[in-house]
Amino acid sequence: MKSTRALGALVTITAMAVTASGCSVIGGDSADDSSSSSSKVVLVTHDSFTLPKPLIRKFEQQSGYDLVVKAEGDAGQLTNKLVLTKDDPLGDVAFGVDNTFASRALEAGVFAPYSWDEPAGVSDYALPGDDAHALTPVDNGDVCVNVDDTWFKAHHQAPPRTMDDLTDPAYKGEFVLPGAATSSTGLAFLLATIAKYGDGWQGYWSRLMANDAEITSGWEQAYEVDFTQGGGKGDRPIVLSYDSSPAYTVPKGSSSSTTSALLDTCFRQVEYAGVLAGAANPKGAQAFVRFLDSQPAQAALPTSMYVFPVVDGVPLPKQWAKFAVQPDHPYTVDPADVAAHRAEWLQEWSDVTSR
Amino acid sequence: MSTRAGRRWSRRLGLVGPAVVPVLVLGAFFVLPVSGMLERGFFADGSFDPGAVLEVLGRPRVHRVLWFTVWSASVGTAVAVLLGLPAAYALHRLRFPGRDLVRAALLVPFVLPTVVVGVAFRELLGEAGPLGFLGLDGTAAAIIAGLVFFNVAVVIRAVGSTWESLDPRPAEAAAALGASPWQVLWTVTLPALRPAIVSAASVVFLFCATAFGVVLTLGAPHYSSVETEIYLLTTNLLDLQAAAALSILQLVAVVALLLVAGRLRRVADPTASRVRARPRRPVRGDVAALLSTALLLVLVAAPIATLVAGSLRVDGGWSLGNYRALTTDGTHQALLVPVTDALVTSLRTAVDATWMSLTLGLLVALVVTRRSRTRAERRVRIGLDGFFMLPLGVSAVTLGFGFLITLDHPPLDLRDSPMLVPIAQALVALPLVVRTIAPVLTGIDDRQRQAAASLGAGPLRTLLTVDLPVVWKPLLAAAGFAFAVSLGEFGATSFLSRDEHPTVPVVIYRLIDHPGPMNYGMALAASVVLAATTALVMLLVERLRVPSVGSL
Repeated sequence: MKSTRALGALVTITAMAVTASGCSVIGGDSADDSSSSSSKVVLVTHDSFTLPKPLIRKFEQQSGYDLVVKAEGDAGQLTNKLVLTKDDPLGDVAFGVDNTFASRALEAGVFAPYSWDEPAGVSDYALPGDDAHALTPVDNGDVCVNVDDTWFKAHHQAPPRTMDDLTDPAYKGEFVLPGAATSSTGLAFLLATIAKYGDGWQGYWSRLMANDAEITSGWEQAYEVDFTQGGGKGDRPIVLSYDSSPAYTVPKGSSSSTTSALLDTCFRQVEYAGVLAGAANPKGAQAFVRFLDSQPAQAALPTSMYVFPVVDGVPLPKQWAKFAVQPDHPYTVDPADVAAHRAEWLQEWSDVTSR
Repeated sequence: MSTRAGRRWSRRLGLVGPAVVPVLVLGAFFVLPVSGMLERGFFADGSFDPGAVLEVLGRPRVHRVLWFTVWSASVGTAVAVLLGLPAAYALHRLRFPGRDLVRAALLVPFVLPTVVVGVAFRELLGEAGPLGFLGLDGTAAAIIAGLVFFNVAVVIRAVGSTWESLDPRPAEAAAALGASPWQVLWTVTLPALRPAIVSAASVVFLFCATAFGVVLTLGAPHYSSVETEIYLLTTNLLDLQAAAALSILQLVAVVALLLVAGRLRRVADPTASRVRARPRRPVRGDVAALLSTALLLVLVAAPIATLVAGSLRVDGGWSLGNYRALTTDGTHQALLVPVTDALVTSLRTAVDATWMSLTLGLLVALVVTRRSRTRAERRVRIGLDGFFMLPLGVSAVTLGFGFLITLDHPPLDLRDSPMLVPIAQALVALPLVVRTIAPVLTGIDDRQRQAAASLGAGPLRTLLTVDLPVVWKPLLAAAGFAFAVSLGEFGATSFLSRDEHPTVPVVIYRLIDHPGPMNYGMALAASVVLAATTALVMLLVERLRVPSVGSL
């Protein structure tokens, strides 16, 4: 009886709290960002975009524009939204289209060319085929196979090093990776195998599947559920992740990482920013593109978005300098090829992996 | 003559009047966006090309996808109904300690973001998980278990509220005449419950057939449903023609299903009496129902327990650290706003979504349940009924992309409106609201309204004195449902929500997606908070069902 009353009280208090919290969106404070369009610049980006708030404020003070951020799903969704809305763009500037999706956006005429005096190093990452210079490289990172070094040490086994090693029976049942059809990480690895094996890529995947590789729908399931160093403490010591991942598996107080990336298995992803064609505020959009390649924004990329800067000479965080090692020769596939063959490759990949 | 014509007009007005607002809302926020996307599929490169769309339906992969969708949804629905019925009985006709808590707890799965449940299921069933020895990870059985986990609450709620207001006298009479409990169940109780069961089963089937997150996290890459296929075709391949083909296929299937369900739902004499059974203490004959409910509770609790246990672990030890971290923005600034802020946004959005879906749902239910005088009138009502169920049959991706390309110019320039999220959630909840209220309204004997009218009561007064007392409880149940749907909705919300005001499911997804020592634990803790909030809200709804009003 007593507990019922206590529960009743709790429920009542909660109800009052809900009521007091302003109750609803209507009549709330949400109509505030409909200020005039000339004073704001609207950024359309993917869900993973973050930069430190003081940095954003600095941009707003220096440029005189208020930044409005619209997150529009993952890189694929973002690209498709930009393509679908190109006649009436969602904002002024877009960030986050990468080299596996960019060709499609360029073909559709989503971006307005914008040439400017880029900092040193940026042009090394320019999108092949972007002759009009519509896209500015902002960051890069590699999708690489990662291994749990502590696990291999405990099991007195040498970790794999190459893609071929992954099909070695010694590593049977140890590899987990997100699928290419459902995740951009998985797609990147598929492209890496296509770059390495050419027409023989399907045979490689058959061997991989025969070696009991597990395919999950997304990076989250592979890393957090199945990988031995993920949040869920799974039982597979080899996972498909990023070259920067080892920087996040350094135990508190330790000076070494428990994982490492296999640098011979990597596919390079470059993310771009561009001014949207038909933008309401093209000047503000251009200012933001320049801001993304400014020294402070580039320096904030590793800790904010787990990616490497593209501008020369930007210092990396201490953990990164030590544990996040970039491959010297990552695999690449011409973006135009990706755009032309994506559907066909994914179809064939699905056939091979679900056999 | 003139009065008869006048009466006919007022009847027509009574039919059309309340339907105007819901039809307009659905037209603007459903028909318009969806047809916008379909148009993109049919008019590839500016020319009308239906052949290319139909060609898609001949692909072997599409056949596989379709077959999997149908059979997994059928099995999922059957299991949900079989497990849900005994629980609906035990939780709505019996009285035992902790009943309200169990009722609230069984609704929790319904609001958990699918991505979280997917992770919890995989942790439970995966090779390293406590149930890994069953070898269910990645099988169709795991997907079906997930579908049942999410949907059994629909059966319990919808059937339970009808069972609660079922006249006990026919069953008592049958028993007095010597019928065994089984005979009573088969010949008296189940036939009376049939409309509610069919209603619930058709909603569950639709939910199962259009489930997205469960199939994607537990099934990829071996299993794909129509819904996940539309998603992949749209976002990954930008193959709008194929997506349009599958969307139309899905719409046609939903319409067919609704027609069949509509027929099954009709009963000879859909009148229920106001004599209500008081919940009673369990007797020996109730043991089976109670055991079945207990089993269900265990099944539902297993993944939730996995979540709770995970949320309490930090660095291999037990700790509340993940919960304390909910006021922060996560490791490596995974979040733009802390989870606590997102919870406030979620609650406020849910309030809006609830009143919207209740208003619309009540209007729709009133229109579709009134007795029809003519065949044409009945057709209109059945048509309207089906129309409002359609949002269940369209993928969130299609709807989301449709919003972007159709609601971008005056008078409907709503792309940036903060109201889009609650509106989308209200549309998702609408079929549930209608299906919860409509069976009860159908059960009201129209002669009561006629009697009231003949005694001089106007339409409004009739509504207040005849309909409201009966519909009061289901209305609260529907409110709880709508609130819960809104709290947990992820598909449409993630598509439409704005960065500075994310809801809890959106934040949870962000946390799971960002590596960092605390982020995964925080995601689990946030899921537990979301589940607890929902359970609390449901308890509140239970408390608010003031008996003296409900049992007038």
